[in-house]
Amino acid sequence: MSEWSFPVEAGHIMMFARSVGDPNPVYYDEEAAKRTEVGGIVAPPTFIQASAQFNPSYFLRPKIGERWFGSGKDPSGSGAPAPESSGESGGGRGGGGGGVGLHAEQHFEYHRPIRPGDVLTPTNKEGKTWEREGRSGHLQFSETITEWHDAEGNLVVTARGVGVRTTGPAPKN
Amino acid sequence: MALSASSLKVGDSRSEVVAHELSRTQIVQYAGASGDYNPLHSDEVYVTKVAGFPSVFAHGMLTMGLTGRLLTDWAGDGRLLSYGVRFEKQVWPGDTLTATATVESIEDGDDGKVASISVVTVNEAGDRVLSGTARARLDP
Repeated sequence: MSEWSFPVEAGHIMMFARSVGDPNPVYYDEEAAKRTEVGGIVAPPTFIQASAQFNPSYFLRPKIGERWFGSGKDPSGSGAPAPESSGESGGGRGGGGGGVGLHAEQHFEYHRPIRPGDVLTPTNKEGKTWEREGRSGHLQFSETITEWHDAEGNLVVTARGVGVRTTGPAPKN
Repeated sequence: MALSASSLKVGDSRSEVVAHELSRTQIVQYAGASGDYNPLHSDEVYVTKVAGFPSVFAHGMLTMGLTGRLLTDWAGDGRLLSYGVRFEKQVWPGDTLTATATVESIEDGDDGKVASISVVTVNEAGDRVLSGTARARLDP
């Protein structure tokens, strides 16, 4: 079992829907949502990604009392090293070592809608890794698969992320 | 409103502008909601002076989320069975993004008819920033 879980809150769904520019009332208005087919507030399709908020070791959130690699007095802040990956799936981390890590692919399988009150627990599965040569240098891909179960043990969402790390120069597109 | 198999055919397509001149503030808003605070997406000083990019850029997952609106607007709430994308090009502040979804097939699934949909999102120059697929449960 995972040592953490994602408690789904209505306010979080509302803020997430706003951030992806979606005004659909089913994401924030309980009364309007009751009159829809789903019968209540549900989460937008990519909301499971916001589980990162509840992952205690998520490496792309500044931690209280720890050095952060963004800018402060200097462009690289406290001089803390950048983490090794840009963070693919909410439950895990992809990517190899060195270079710039970017998110290459993301896939979701939906088994039922996510609703406020759900408490979702991640289970990480080993994904594949592969390499190829790209326009911007040598590319290393790694896959992270996370299954999200509710408190009753039912599978709710399966997330598969692919991270890519280039060991060449940063793309200038 | 959910789609019905009887009123939908292969090749049907729908487009929506899902971001109009994307602002840095919206990228920050996504960082705050999603919890991905990578300074590549919010810290112009870090991203230009340390990481070597021309400016901050959107999270791939923001583009996927923006594009998801087109799918749920079309297929209906709670109708998606899957949604997967490949991030093809970075999305920069100021970009205007248009997403287009097209029905590729309609087949019988375990729980009625299922539409397979392709989706592509382009910037104002017509460059593809995201491409993917989704499956949606249809009414009869």
